[in-house]
Amino acid sequence: MVRVIDEDGELVDGAEVPDLTDEEFVEMYRHMKLARHFDERAVSLQRQGRVGTYPPLSGQEGAQIGSAMALGDDDWMVPSYREHGAALVRGLPLKQTLLYWMGHEDGNLIPEDVNLFTVAVPIASQIPHATGLAWASKLKQEEDKAFLCYFGDGATSEGDFHEGMNFAGVFDTPNVFFCNNNQWAISVPRERQTASETIAQKATAYGFEGVQVDGMDPLAVYKVTKEAVEKAKDDESDDLRPTLIEAVQYRFGAHTTADDPSVYRDDEEVEKWRAKDPLPRMEKFLKNTGRADEDDIADIESEVEEMVSDAIEAAEEMPEPDPEEMFLNVYAEMPKRLEQQLEYFRSIREEFGDDALLED
Amino acid sequence: MSENLTLVQAVRDGLHDEMAEDDDVLVMGQDVGKNGGVFRATEGLYDEYGADRVIDTPLAESGIIGTAVGMAAYGLKPVSEIQFSGFMYPGFDQIVSHMSRLRTRSRGRYTCPMVLRAPMGGGIRAPEHHSESKEAFYVHEAGLKVAMPSTPYDAKGMLISAIRDPDPVIFLEPKKIYRAFREEVPDDPYEVELGEAAVRREGTDVSVFTWGAMTRPTIEAAENLEGDVDVEVVDLRSLSPLDFDTVVESFKKTGRAAIVHEAPKTGGIGAEIAATIQEEALLYQEAPVERITGFDTPFPLAGLEDYYLPEPERIGAGIRDAFEF
Repeated sequence: MVRVIDEDGELVDGAEVPDLTDEEFVEMYRHMKLARHFDERAVSLQRQGRVGTYPPLSGQEGAQIGSAMALGDDDWMVPSYREHGAALVRGLPLKQTLLYWMGHEDGNLIPEDVNLFTVAVPIASQIPHATGLAWASKLKQEEDKAFLCYFGDGATSEGDFHEGMNFAGVFDTPNVFFCNNNQWAISVPRERQTASETIAQKATAYGFEGVQVDGMDPLAVYKVTKEAVEKAKDDESDDLRPTLIEAVQYRFGAHTTADDPSVYRDDEEVEKWRAKDPLPRMEKFLKNTGRADEDDIADIESEVEEMVSDAIEAAEEMPEPDPEEMFLNVYAEMPKRLEQQLEYFRSIREEFGDDALLED
Repeated sequence: MSENLTLVQAVRDGLHDEMAEDDDVLVMGQDVGKNGGVFRATEGLYDEYGADRVIDTPLAESGIIGTAVGMAAYGLKPVSEIQFSGFMYPGFDQIVSHMSRLRTRSRGRYTCPMVLRAPMGGGIRAPEHHSESKEAFYVHEAGLKVAMPSTPYDAKGMLISAIRDPDPVIFLEPKKIYRAFREEVPDDPYEVELGEAAVRREGTDVSVFTWGAMTRPTIEAAENLEGDVDVEVVDLRSLSPLDFDTVVESFKKTGRAAIVHEAPKTGGIGAEIAATIQEEALLYQEAPVERITGFDTPFPLAGLEDYYLPEPERIGAGIRDAFEF
């Protein structure tokens, strides 16, 4: 398993600090801190009924931020539904992520200049999309673009994992497959998903490289993802372009806010993994190497609190979605029958009023 | 200039012409390349357009559909072939969770201008899972268009329309009539608009609505009734969007309707047509709407399929019932 820093933020034997500027190291920490704080606030908003069911990411910031920062501007990210931190690095405003989980259609608006694909809820179904996107890029003879796809350990049991990876191997597409192995697929543990010793080794079956990395070590994640991204863009090499990265990590919280993890795992296990928390590790690394001090950390803390508060305020200030939006974007041109249904919908709203149509 | 082509040759011709017109169009699926497709629908395309545009894929329906979703989102126009419609189900999740909804989910930022072709329907003594008519699955899914041509001319024109359409299209080809007859098909590309029915035979007594391989036996039944019943035959061609205007207009003229489809009766598209007639033309109605369909059973093996499939005798009796009520 690839590691760069240990639990105390110290370099492990033989490891090298990745080639990032001091500012970039601090930026990495800021993004992680922002993701953590966002996550805690979002869970709390769900408890207050201000956000719907929400999938928390705490514990996975190292994997998300470390990998997302390894992408170049023109690279693409294909997420599942838990990569709020990675998407934020890619350029998706926090407000959008909040709106989506609040059930607001506008949360689906990805800014035109952000190379991020849509959230995919059906497990592993985004993997063939990532292969297809990368394959199209290759067929268009684009160079210098990599396509990073996230999924969890549970997804590796799905047929779409196999089909997407297998196509990527056969057609040698510029893909990076990034498995956030957080040990649990809701209540089913990693060892119940597969008898393979590692998930990374599954890459061998598809003819390309697999690498296992400490997913709670953002610097190690950055390093292996950067290498995989470069490999994806290198069509000269004899090796196949895709890589499967298994980032070994832990989900501190629930699968979603509708889940109670105490039913299927004990506190002892959670505590064991908390010792590997990527945030204190990164903080210690910054302090140990003189890249940040207490004051800097405190500044970042208040900065992210403010950013998250602003995002929540902006999301909650959004007017309720226009109910007619249901009918938009189903087809390029609205079919006549759908137009008739829209007319009917307008007429019942007019006749009964919205209050009558909405649950109390 | 035109050529006398079978339906499957017209499909091939449509693919060939549109690939020549638009470099973004590519064909992918099992055995579509060197082999030219198990029904020869892609014959010669591999030699002409090469391995990057006529792609032999691994044997994986979800992969064939799911990667095409990604390709389409990235600006290409993939035409994916599933070898038989009975094998679309491993890719069903990709069809209903992504292909149909990408435009909606991304508020229009990403679209999915792909075509999914598959031979469908019975009557060719095929093995199990090779004969079903399950168009209703796809018509039920918002965001998809569903087409089923019944003539070579329509097959080429509708396929070209489907490839040019900004939305995803499920293009179902009735394989029983792949080589049943020939028709003059123009050499140049042309479009037959999706969403428009064709009146194949004009009549005043009973309107019969049908599509796909059932169109010819329905016309035959209508001809057999000549002199007793004046039958109008409407070939819907496109099942989503469906040309309800033509359906209602024809029904208002005759006041009597029969629907002929190969698919099982319950939940078939016939039920939707009958309901629409009730909603929009009740006062014109002279008789119950007759449905002459496949049965609510699994599609039988070849030895029994003739009993399952509506044929001119059964169709004629149904039309007569609608007429004599």
